[in-house]
Amino acid sequence: MQIPAPFEYARADTVDDAIALLARHGPEARIIAGGHSLLPMMKLRLARPEWLIDINDLFELDFVLRDGDRLRIGALTRHTTLLESTEIAALFPIVADAERVIADPVVRNRGTIGGSLCQADPAEDLATVCDVLGAEAIVRGPSGERMLTMTEFHRGAYETAVAADEVLCEVRIPIRSRSGSAYEKVERRVGDWAVAAAGAALSFAEDGTIVEASVGLTAVGLDGTVGAVTEPAPR
Amino acid sequence: MQITMTVNGTDVTNEVEPRVLLVHYIRDVLRLTGTHWGCDTSNCGTCVVLLDGQPVKSCTVLAAMADGHAITTVEGLATGGTLDPVQQGFMEEHGLQCGFCTPGMMLTARALLDVNPHPDDAEIRRAISGQICRCTGYATIVRSVRWAADHPAGMTEADAAGGDPSALDDSAGTTTDPGGAAAEAAHAIPAAQTEPEEVTA
Ligand SMILES: Cc1cc2nc3c(=O)[nH]c(=O)nc-3n(C[C@H](O)[C@H](O)[C@H](O)COP(=O)(O)OP(=O)(O)OC[C@H]3O[C@@H](n4cnc5c(N)ncnc54)[C@H](O)[C@@H]3O)c2cc1C
Ligand code: FES
Ligand code: FES
Repeated sequence: MQIPAPFEYARADTVDDAIALLARHGPEARIIAGGHSLLPMMKLRLARPEWLIDINDLFELDFVLRDGDRLRIGALTRHTTLLESTEIAALFPIVADAERVIADPVVRNRGTIGGSLCQADPAEDLATVCDVLGAEAIVRGPSGERMLTMTEFHRGAYETAVAADEVLCEVRIPIRSRSGSAYEKVERRVGDWAVAAAGAALSFAEDGTIVEASVGLTAVGLDGTVGAVTEPAPR
Repeated sequence: MQITMTVNGTDVTNEVEPRVLLVHYIRDVLRLTGTHWGCDTSNCGTCVVLLDGQPVKSCTVLAAMADGHAITTVEGLATGGTLDPVQQGFMEEHGLQCGFCTPGMMLTARALLDVNPHPDDAEIRRAISGQICRCTGYATIVRSVRWAADHPAGMTEADAAGGDPSALDDSAGTTTDPGGAAAEAAHAIPAAQTEPEEVTA
């Protein structure tokens, strides 16, 4: 029977409340979102946080919204929402491609984009998706908000630039006209983690020449980071 | 900590340790043992319950996280002794053998039909793809869910007359009563607060 080690539990009402709780309870306090990466690690005692700060009530982090030339996705947006969004599928087919093969529908009801990125498992699919799309991460802490590129965000396996007292609030993806993207994963069983996976995005000029191209790989341990992006593209 | 949630329409309040998983709270504290517990690793889906109407793997949710929310377990599928069409479908189409996966399968099926009353076979298969059945080979489960989709009001007299007349007759002694009146009584949530179980690691 797998049971986590003892910890204290608190629910945040707002992002600021979550940040205050993280600050109050120190570096052994952790955010819990969907819990589908953190709880399995706690059950195996690979993680032993002293405090869990539950952000599932933070509706302010659960949104998908088009804002000028950016698509903004709240950190608490569930995999299921990402998969079912027709707007996302139209703008970024790579997201639906990846979401279809992330875990299974029941796990996708809980897991979030924020949790996926912060977990930074080398086999995490959305990390590659965000790399390839040139996404930005909006992170908030006691001293305010900062914006990180995915290169700045990723620090290697299970490590990100999000500090112990910070919350990942949203991911912003630049919308490019005349663009396309896709994701393909090799897995042993349906819903399994990737043996390896690849994502790619292209955008074109009016005359059809490629102006930007990026390729990302999942679970192959390139440079110890989650994915590799090559850009800009050959013209 | 104290948690309060609605389980199968009844409010329950208990003192639990924050580390208690929802599956253990449901089984060991509420004594609703229709929710099964299998792999413990979020893979098999036998622990699926509905959290605010959505299937979740209760081995990977803290009871504390369900505080203030509504849970439906298999014991809550039947209403007033009448089986849910999904339960009837599993009887009609032999959707179970050992029954270990069945509660989770039926709850996922119920949630699917609530949002998509006419799923095709591919949609049914996709919906249950996070749940493992070692017995049936899934074909009869898919047929069972399709039966429920085709019979949104459950078994009608015409069905009963046209089909196996003993199918719904307990006195024939050929059927079990997985969520009906007998099960409901056996699984009634104790009204009084239950003492939390000691969690041993
Ligand atoms: C059976 C199974 C199969 C899976 N298969 C796949 C797969 O094929 N591909 C894949 O990519 N993933 C897979 N996953 C992982 C799944 O996508 C998880 O849901 C995801 O990795 C974590 O999201 P979460 O919201 O559950 O995060 P949690 O478990 O809640 O948190 C994970 C980590 O992120 C931190 N965190 C969460 N949100 C924030 C935030 N907003 N700010 C700061 N820190 C935060 C937490 O403190 C924790 O350290 C699988 C999971 C399971 C259980
Ligand atoms: S016991 Fe929860 S998924 Fe297997
Ligand atoms: S009926 Fe035995 S596991 Fe499904």
